[in-house]
Amino acid sequence: MATMTYSEAARTAVREAMQTDATVWCVGEDLGRGGVFGQYKGLQEEFGAARVCDAPISEAAIMGAAFGAAMAGTRPIVEMRFSDFALCAVDELVNQIAKARFMFGGQSRAPMVIREPMGMWRSSAAQHSQSLESWYAHIPGLSVICPSTPQDNYSLLKAAIQCDDPIVYFEHKNIWGLEGEVDLDEDAEIGKARIRRNGGDVTIVSWSETANRAAEAAEQLAAQGVSAQVIDLRSLWPWDKPAVLDSVRKTGRLVVAHESVAVGGFGAEVVATVSEQAGDSLQGRVRRLGAPRSLIAYAPNLEDKMRVTSAMIADAALQTLGRTPT
Amino acid sequence: MTKGNFDTARGLALLTMMERIRAFEEQAILAAERDKLVLGAIHPSIGQEAAAAGLIWSLVKDDYLISTHRGHGHTLAKGADPAAMMRELLGREGGCCGGKGGSMHIADFGVNMLGANGVVGANITIGAGAAHAVKLLGGDQIVVDIFGDGAANRGPFLEGINWGVIFDLPILFVCEDNQYAATTHTKDVTGGDGPAARAQALGLRATGVDGNDAETVADTGAEIVQRIRDGGGPEFLHVITYRQKGHTSFDQAAYRPDGEAAARAATDDPIQRQKDVLTTAGIAAADLAAIHDDARAEMIEALRLAAASPFPSTDTAFVDVQDVGSPAVEAY
Repeated sequence: MATMTYSEAARTAVREAMQTDATVWCVGEDLGRGGVFGQYKGLQEEFGAARVCDAPISEAAIMGAAFGAAMAGTRPIVEMRFSDFALCAVDELVNQIAKARFMFGGQSRAPMVIREPMGMWRSSAAQHSQSLESWYAHIPGLSVICPSTPQDNYSLLKAAIQCDDPIVYFEHKNIWGLEGEVDLDEDAEIGKARIRRNGGDVTIVSWSETANRAAEAAEQLAAQGVSAQVIDLRSLWPWDKPAVLDSVRKTGRLVVAHESVAVGGFGAEVVATVSEQAGDSLQGRVRRLGAPRSLIAYAPNLEDKMRVTSAMIADAALQTLGRTPT
Repeated sequence: MTKGNFDTARGLALLTMMERIRAFEEQAILAAERDKLVLGAIHPSIGQEAAAAGLIWSLVKDDYLISTHRGHGHTLAKGADPAAMMRELLGREGGCCGGKGGSMHIADFGVNMLGANGVVGANITIGAGAAHAVKLLGGDQIVVDIFGDGAANRGPFLEGINWGVIFDLPILFVCEDNQYAATTHTKDVTGGDGPAARAQALGLRATGVDGNDAETVADTGAEIVQRIRDGGGPEFLHVITYRQKGHTSFDQAAYRPDGEAAARAATDDPIQRQKDVLTTAGIAAADLAAIHDDARAEMIEALRLAAASPFPSTDTAFVDVQDVGSPAVEAY
């Protein structure tokens, strides 16, 4: 066990992977200076500029070249700096990387981790704040991971690097400095949720930074005599349906909360699946919390209008129980 | 078989490859139009065979090749099995890609042919990445990255070539310029002095070549490939050719000036030009005819084999998507 930040946990996972597998390398902008958030600090000094590779501001080339290098025998870790910038490389990711193994009849593999720092972070405005994880969950061929804690950022990044298929890996910008205990021997299975808190009255499903808000909401609910089960999905594809369905069958109540826009968000997928497969267990109306379908502004009070807070999650949980929030 | 300075063996091999490419595509077009067996679009390279045959002459099996939607010729020249390719065009079991890719995604990783591509220009960065891997892994292969004139107007042209230059990669960027970007004449939509000038501006040594002269393509290609093998870094080759057919086999190319295609086919056909070269070198007409007939027979047989092959098992619709979250386990 060691105490480390979310950022240090990821760096540790990358360092271990690079120490054990000479074909693992990192490529992205400003990595030699540690990456824009310091998540690669010291790695170029340790592994050299060829394996911690400073790229031009050419997202399409970073993604496309990493893909070519993956098909030719290496395991690239691709840094997109901000998930918003990965939109410059969507053809490479969606049309090329996601499809190569299938389209070429299994002749090729693309073992890649595409790191995309996501989410709202201190007045970064509309082009540096988005949460677009549901887009990628929609694309066959890609897996989508959204860790919320240092432990999961360590264990899931390690698992992602070892995976032989492409993984879109969303780290939340607001929690780079979040500290926690990390057990370096803990392995994570991609597609397995973490039960952040056990409870029997209501199921709260979340992921990424919002899972931390959900855990806070559960504390608030406990103070009001409500026992919430908090499920941090950790990955959206594959996602842990059994964990969610089992929980809803037990509690009969469901809240889904995420930072991304509610309309068309992955919460809708969770709710639809619960309706289809455990709908007769539901005892109250389902609540789905996400950002309004508007844009993220610079001004902090406007930015806050887009946030799903722990109080909102707790209130929604009470509503599923037919209780009026106080 | 060298007569004077002329390498007869190579000359015959270039003709043989061009005849095979043309015969393959003629059979593919028949399979599409006469037999209705090729259902999706195919993009013939008829008239451009010298580029494929000439360039790939200097490559060895381990060298990487990456191509475009108009990639049958490149794939065949790299060493792929025409029967497996034809099965792929017909969407059959035993196709190079198991019938999942078709013409536009034809690939044979067994000969390091990393795939045709349905998106114009996308292969430029991908090929640069394959060269990046060669450098990282300390390999001795080179990469030939072929794209069309239309790709010079896409962003990956700038990003991919710049990538090759700044990382000093063992790659030959090839613009196979057939003068038409889909159905628009490329000069009408391209600013400045064209692809080679753009490549030079990015720091590449750029060479232009008559792409319908197989001997010159092979000579020039061999020199450049050797320089890259010797560590000379990336280069650019502008191969100027002409697309005798439409954008797809269904396209009658009515947008071209009357008589243009017919005139080019009559006076500047790469296969006829190579036959003329070989005739001058003393090869008998009967030998040239035999090369043509053998190629045609080979591709008729490839089509026969493909048409006799079953469609892939429907189970394979869920195979080779991904291991984690595989649709074979859960698709909904």
